[in-house]
Amino acid sequence: MSNSSSSNDAVACRRKLLDVIGIQSVDEAFSDIPENARLTKGLSLPELRSEAEVRRVVEGVLSPNIASKDVLSFLGGGVWSHYVPSAVDAVASRGEFLTSYTPYQPEISQGMLQSLFEYQSMLAELLEVDVVNSSMYDWASSLGEAARMSSRITRRNEFLVPHFISPERLATLQSYAQPIGIMIREVSQSLHTGQISLERLKEAVSHKTAGIYVENPSYFGHLVHPLQAMSEIAHDVGSLFVVGVDPTSLGILTPPGRYGADIVIGEGQPLGNYVNYGGPLLGIFACRDDPRLLRQMPGRLVGMTTTQDGLETGYCMVLQTREQHIRREKATSNICTNHALCALRAAVFMALMGGDGFRRLGEYLLSLTHYATTRLSTINGVKTPIFDGCHLKDFTVNFDEAGKKGVDINRQLLKRGIMGGKPLLPDFPELGDTFLYSVTELHSRNDLDILFTVLREIVEG
Amino acid sequence: MKGFRQAKWLEPLIFDVRCSTRDRFRVPVLDEELQLSPEAVARLIPAGLLREDTPDLPKLSEVDVVRHFTRLSQVNFGVDTGFYPLGSCTMKYNPKVNEALANSAKVHWIHPYQDEATVQGALEIMYKLSQWLSELTGMHSFTLQPSAGAHGEYTGVLIMRAFHKESGELAGRREILVPDSAHGTNLASAAMAGFNVVVIPSNERGCVDMEALKSAVSARTAGLMLTNPNTLGIFEENILEISRIIHGVGGLLYFDGANLNAIMGKTRPGDMGFDIVHLNLHKTFSTPHGGGGPGAGPVGVVEALADFLPIPTVGCDDQRFYLDYNHPKTIGRVGSFYGNFEVLVKAFTYILSMGHDGLKQAAERSVLNANYLARRLSEIRGFSLPYGPGILRKHECVISCSKLKLDTGVTAKHVAKRLLDFGVHAPTMYFPPIVEEALMIEPTETESLAELNRYVDIFTQISRESYCHPKTVLEAPHNTSVRALDEVKASHPRTICLSWRMHKNRQQ
Repeated sequence: MSNSSSSNDAVACRRKLLDVIGIQSVDEAFSDIPENARLTKGLSLPELRSEAEVRRVVEGVLSPNIASKDVLSFLGGGVWSHYVPSAVDAVASRGEFLTSYTPYQPEISQGMLQSLFEYQSMLAELLEVDVVNSSMYDWASSLGEAARMSSRITRRNEFLVPHFISPERLATLQSYAQPIGIMIREVSQSLHTGQISLERLKEAVSHKTAGIYVENPSYFGHLVHPLQAMSEIAHDVGSLFVVGVDPTSLGILTPPGRYGADIVIGEGQPLGNYVNYGGPLLGIFACRDDPRLLRQMPGRLVGMTTTQDGLETGYCMVLQTREQHIRREKATSNICTNHALCALRAAVFMALMGGDGFRRLGEYLLSLTHYATTRLSTINGVKTPIFDGCHLKDFTVNFDEAGKKGVDINRQLLKRGIMGGKPLLPDFPELGDTFLYSVTELHSRNDLDILFTVLREIVEG
Repeated sequence: MKGFRQAKWLEPLIFDVRCSTRDRFRVPVLDEELQLSPEAVARLIPAGLLREDTPDLPKLSEVDVVRHFTRLSQVNFGVDTGFYPLGSCTMKYNPKVNEALANSAKVHWIHPYQDEATVQGALEIMYKLSQWLSELTGMHSFTLQPSAGAHGEYTGVLIMRAFHKESGELAGRREILVPDSAHGTNLASAAMAGFNVVVIPSNERGCVDMEALKSAVSARTAGLMLTNPNTLGIFEENILEISRIIHGVGGLLYFDGANLNAIMGKTRPGDMGFDIVHLNLHKTFSTPHGGGGPGAGPVGVVEALADFLPIPTVGCDDQRFYLDYNHPKTIGRVGSFYGNFEVLVKAFTYILSMGHDGLKQAAERSVLNANYLARRLSEIRGFSLPYGPGILRKHECVISCSKLKLDTGVTAKHVAKRLLDFGVHAPTMYFPPIVEEALMIEPTETESLAELNRYVDIFTQISRESYCHPKTVLEAPHNTSVRALDEVKASHPRTICLSWRMHKNRQQ
């Protein structure tokens, strides 16, 4: 009964729409499509389904996935499985945030705007630079935009990067840089320490250098130094110093704003965001408070202002004259949709953690990484880390002397419920049979002891 | 008219929120034996790299944080709150089942470096989604890597570039054509890849001016970027001729898929002659926009361009899914991994729910709704429908307030702000730039006739107010959490404030 009356309603409504429009049928509404381009056949697509069926199908398709939290995983290398506080999920799933668009009408969107301003502000405290944008897609696209921004500011076209860098990040950088003639030059690193020698760096820079990019910690997890000296080398030739960071390190590591970084980028995913098979991530993009830099910055920025009567504080998007919808082909970037909800998650995460939380997290990560490398290196045939020096979260494990191939070891680990590290051999053959392992605060001592025991059995057994 | 009053909390900045209890969020504690002493930490970390002070972040308990952000959510407006007809943004309802299924450990906790054998479910979703998108658009294959529409555009333009480079013509083909009604991103994306942008004017019917197009194309043309239906909501009636002209000079035809919602199941970019397509899954395929993102901007291409797609794509071999790096002419990568997988799961769920018929009906309803609003709104005093009611609209329409402005001083912006007072979102303002005092309205298939009529009633009231007591409209909004903001002050070099840190520094 109710079904047929609601379908009668639907017919009546449709009739009303057609009458007002002044057409006879729905097909007539599409009569402007040239006949030769009209679809005459049905497409090979699914059938309409009930929600219950959809759930069953999607859960069925997803079921073969093995979630890293159900096994013991040591994968990291730029995307890391950190704990996501329940409060982050609770806030980010609120429909008022989740289903809003970019806040083009600030008066009715103060919630998202203030949250993004707070994201910018809390990250600014961690990084100790004044200006943070309200997000990019990921670390890799932030790097691409940083190279382009350096080139625009200096009007130069060489950008220096460390040799030991995530291959995916480097490939993305190339896609952003190459079409406008920015040359990416790799600076070699010592095979013993992983460090960039200052002499080499001085030789590599010139009046063509738009920017020097370093990461701390590096892709291999080792701490890079001396950064102040590198920043001076960059500035001495009039180029920019660009630094890539993992924000979870900044409770215990000196913030990049203190050693002369002009642009700071990094991966914000560890701040309350899941790994999600690599997306969405959260591209950090920040710079010093300098009009020369600010004018060339890509991405959306939220600023604090007041109501027009000056009585109340409010927030809105600012400096939109840099952006594509106003500047069109002269914009600093084409980015508009960004990763705002990931930034909101990061804001909630930072607010929950506080400064103490970040310090404790950093100490945990440092201590556990130290334990992992110390313990694993007692296995005969296992060398970890391959570079001397302090590592944080990520570390390299080499199996050259293990008498077995690393990929076979990984296969055996997986059979026993352990996801070993990422093979580095295809991208860095000079490092031998080396893998990139990673630990976070989701790993306990017990987890490392299990890895130790199983790895020893496989390698020595 | 039923009233509306947005919440108002006067919520302080998080740095000024008072801590209510000492119950802080607790970070895991490591086995005591393993904890490095402060001396050991100082020894391990290279000189100058140890942060000895604590970052200056708020010190709050969980309840403080949750209340703060809950209050902020209450001063925000989403599709879940009400009607959101923001033109070209396709703010349709985002079904909750999408969220429920994406909030799975088998989505959240899989790492991009995992062995393919452990992520077969993820790869299957990506493989099937690519196939469905290919079928819907008439393309040969898709990359799911781009994170947003503009990111997809850049990917598409890089593919154009690689195609011309391969045939040795890149040096000569420096121009990308775009109509004057194009999204700003099209021009920015073309310029980012090093092309010069040539703007083609629209004709009196709101479509590409064919004479202007013919005189603009040449051996320098790399391609044309076109949104169809365009940003006026009008279908490019000469699309097949446009395709012949562009292909005739060796250029490629690029489809900006922001407006695909209007034509699903009715026509396909591939059938119109397009070579490259980007889609916005956060528009057409109901994934939420999250206050700015994340979205997803997959790019599809015809067979001749498939080898240029970014790596990796997803392949299938005898029921086993794998990451396919075998694209000999690939443009490389535009992002680290395989795209915004969590968003892809939501779009996959949507297509599975809607099916072929549901998608087609969505297109039909969105088109009827837009044409209905176009007719009704243009009949209200002060508003007009440039290019006339004689031309069908597709998913959106653009109303001009220029007569209202002339008669009363009330501009498109004032109307937009006054709309907020009734608990509906404003249209996109002042876009496309070829319409004066433009309001670009996209109702989507989500809205009922009753809701559309309410929008018409609100416009009618705003018109009446503008002619009788314009002060109400000129001083709007009145009912939002804050009144009109000083956006000039916000961007002025002397008063700009982008962080709490900047605020503190400038006060000192």
